[in-house]
Amino acid sequence: MSKLNVNGKLLDYVADDGTPLLWVLREQLGLTGTKYGCGIAQCGACTVHIDGVPVRSCVMPASAMKPTQKITTIEGLSATGSHPIQKAWLALDVPQCGFCQSGMIMAATALVKDKPNPTDKDIDEAMTNICRCGTYNRVRSAIHTAAREMAAAKTGAKPKLVSELGKSVLNIEHISGDQA
Amino acid sequence: MSETTISNRPAASSRRSFLKQSATATAGLVIGFHVPFLNKQAMAQGINPLSSATAAEVNAWVVVQPDDKIIIRIARSEMGQGSLTGLAQMVAEELECDWAKVSTEYPTPGQSLARKRVWGDFSTGGSRGIRGSADNVRKGGAAARMMLMQAAADQWSVPVAECTVSKGVISHAASKRTTTYGKVTAAASKLTEPTDIKLKDPKDWAIIGKRLARLDTVDKTTGRQVYGMDLKLPGMLNAAVKASPVFGGKIKSIDDAAVLKRPGVKKVLRVGDDTVVVVADTWWRAKTALDALKIEWDDGPNGKVSSASFAEILKAGLDAKDAVVGNSVGDAPAAIAGAARKIEAVYSYPHQNHACMETMNATVKWTPERCEVWLPTQNGEAALAATAEASGLPAAQCEVYKIHLGGGFGRRGATDYVRVAVGIGKQMPGTPIKMIWSREEDMAQGRFHPITQCKMTAGLDDKGEITGLTMRISGQSILAAVAPQNIRDGKDPVVFQGLNAPGPEASIGYTFPTLLVDHAMRNPHVPPGFWRGVNLNQNAIYLEGFIDEIAHATKQDPLALRRKLMTQHPKHLAVLNAVAERVGYDKPAPAGVFRGLAQTMGFGSYVAACAEVSVSADGVLKIHRIVAATDCGNAVNPQQIEAQVEGSFVYGLGAALYQECTVKDGRIEQSNFADYPSMKLADMPKVETIILSSGGFWGGVGEPTIAVAAPAVLNAIFAATGKRIRDLPLKNHSLKA
Repeated sequence: MSKLNVNGKLLDYVADDGTPLLWVLREQLGLTGTKYGCGIAQCGACTVHIDGVPVRSCVMPASAMKPTQKITTIEGLSATGSHPIQKAWLALDVPQCGFCQSGMIMAATALVKDKPNPTDKDIDEAMTNICRCGTYNRVRSAIHTAAREMAAAKTGAKPKLVSELGKSVLNIEHISGDQA
Repeated sequence: MSETTISNRPAASSRRSFLKQSATATAGLVIGFHVPFLNKQAMAQGINPLSSATAAEVNAWVVVQPDDKIIIRIARSEMGQGSLTGLAQMVAEELECDWAKVSTEYPTPGQSLARKRVWGDFSTGGSRGIRGSADNVRKGGAAARMMLMQAAADQWSVPVAECTVSKGVISHAASKRTTTYGKVTAAASKLTEPTDIKLKDPKDWAIIGKRLARLDTVDKTTGRQVYGMDLKLPGMLNAAVKASPVFGGKIKSIDDAAVLKRPGVKKVLRVGDDTVVVVADTWWRAKTALDALKIEWDDGPNGKVSSASFAEILKAGLDAKDAVVGNSVGDAPAAIAGAARKIEAVYSYPHQNHACMETMNATVKWTPERCEVWLPTQNGEAALAATAEASGLPAAQCEVYKIHLGGGFGRRGATDYVRVAVGIGKQMPGTPIKMIWSREEDMAQGRFHPITQCKMTAGLDDKGEITGLTMRISGQSILAAVAPQNIRDGKDPVVFQGLNAPGPEASIGYTFPTLLVDHAMRNPHVPPGFWRGVNLNQNAIYLEGFIDEIAHATKQDPLALRRKLMTQHPKHLAVLNAVAERVGYDKPAPAGVFRGLAQTMGFGSYVAACAEVSVSADGVLKIHRIVAATDCGNAVNPQQIEAQVEGSFVYGLGAALYQECTVKDGRIEQSNFADYPSMKLADMPKVETIILSSGGFWGGVGEPTIAVAAPAVLNAIFAATGKRIRDLPLKNHSLKA
């Protein structure tokens, strides 16, 4: 029996040596929000945070994780999808098929934590995840939007983006002039 | 782990028949699993799905719950293209309901079979989701509205003509009474569905044409969206598969002694004579055991062929006699033979894999009485038919539960992976089996973009005017592989996408004095499939590249030449003009930046693009800006059309820049994203989308723009470098000065 510190909980699991963290998360711990896309750290669909750093979990053996290392998956990012990145994603209707988006969001949240006001170049360098549907321009735009919202929140300004979680109506007229 | 167990009720569609069945329900009908896709809304509201039988189905398309919540049935599949939301908008428009109360569900293909295809076609390909169901979904919404209003009128004993409705609230002004859809839904469901249905005038549309948010975004930002790969059924085992890497090869021998001793490994199986399967408790164990398995293959007759040998076969087809004609005006060969000047160029297009982010997968439970499949599929009905065939059971004893797709792009319209999964399930009676393909298997066993070559020839008179144009296409036919019954007199009509005579579908946008487009069918053993954009992709590269070549050879501006040739094609010309105007074509591009144009028509829509690129002295290409225009007739959700146009440039430019599947010793050489790269965010140009909704028709938007992505950029590269690229991908070429 081994232990992983995932989303604030110390969880027991059993897996063969060498089993990637991705498959322990998905098959042992039932956290299927983290996706398998390539298995060779090329696509980023499996991105999770380890102590806040984005890591491609498909090539990271679970046994290499110490119980002190804090793993965060998309399920643990926020209780209700309320992280500013998630809110921006929702406001700009970023996902298409959505399969890569957990990884995209994990990469983006790590970026804005590290660089609260990322430049386009920062985004180019940090966001190397593959999206076959082609959501890249909205991803870029949503990262800028989230960064603005986070900066505004710090100054106490009222956020412009209202969390529309659970609502099905959202006029996203504003995106047309806001594309990267 | 916490696993929510809910009962797997069929979509509410056959609720009445379901209730009858459930009186004698077997365990197979109500099984626990943690997929909310059938009744997510009910679950979120804490409603026991089975008690929601009090919610009436008004008709096949619309369920109204007593609390006024609306469930709209969507027969087409959602794979990212957004038509789930678009189709719901179209039903809601005629239903006159409150959009904020709308959610959706998939009816199952089995229910469709039982109800005589009441939802029509389930197939989600060819950008047909919206355009192929525009009438029936709107009529479904309108009929439900009429029934709900009639029920209210009956209750009040007033003529229905005196009643009005807005956002699901029905009013009778004279008596100042109001009621809601939820209150009359039970009565409405007992009425006979009207057949004389008048649809709204487009000028009165309030939901169609709105930039509404997608209905499926929330779960896609929280990790809660369940894809086929995420399913977990009680008692489920996992399967990894490896088919003969050479198409047409067979298993010679398997030595499974060592692998069967590995922890968690349950079985080593074969499906057919070419697929090896390891079943284990977890997929990771199945996959690693399969990797360790000793398999000998009999490559069969295709073990020596290669991309180079295909190219020779296709090249010979460029001058062969056995071509069938796709479009012909006058005697183009004679006109060219007698021309003052002749221009000729040969283009080609490679095999490509769809590379959906979610690899192929299917979950199957087979018993001697019933076969159920949980499936991300673009074609529920074809999947049901394949399930019936592979399971050995009548279709009435099979069912396919559709799940949102992690990408489709045409790949998931095929049923090969469904048959493999059912073939596994059949050997494990009673045990649910989730089959997942590794990325490597997905790359090896694709249904590839067809390869073709094309010889373009133009005759010019002494003033440089075109007297005739011929296009000889040589290469693969998708229909010959997937629907040979649709080949008539040796002709695959889909080969000629974008090159057809004037008409509503895939018509050529130019008028030449004489024209001949023909096809010499050459089918290598690599199985082709519908790949987003299909044959419009290469045909637009061939024609738009060659139009640019003619412009250059005759010292004409590429836009001016196109305009001259397009006077009889106003819709094609309108999108091109819109692009030229937005990009500022009449003014020079910024210093060091060069422009390329392309236009085409397919999937019912007219599209054009202008690319602005620069190429550095050491050959580095930068795509700065794309301006693209689409005329899809009626634009259902403009922000989603923009998303499709933006995404089309990722898919189309990724293909143009990086992607080819090469064949060596009969097998695909590329195995993963390391050797089959995809476009990434840093590569992505700014995209400005113009939507010209000229009205009066419904055009598709998921595919047509793919076809202008590559030629616009290739023409811009020529403008920048003088290098004419006639074969892809671009990574095989140096753009160094």
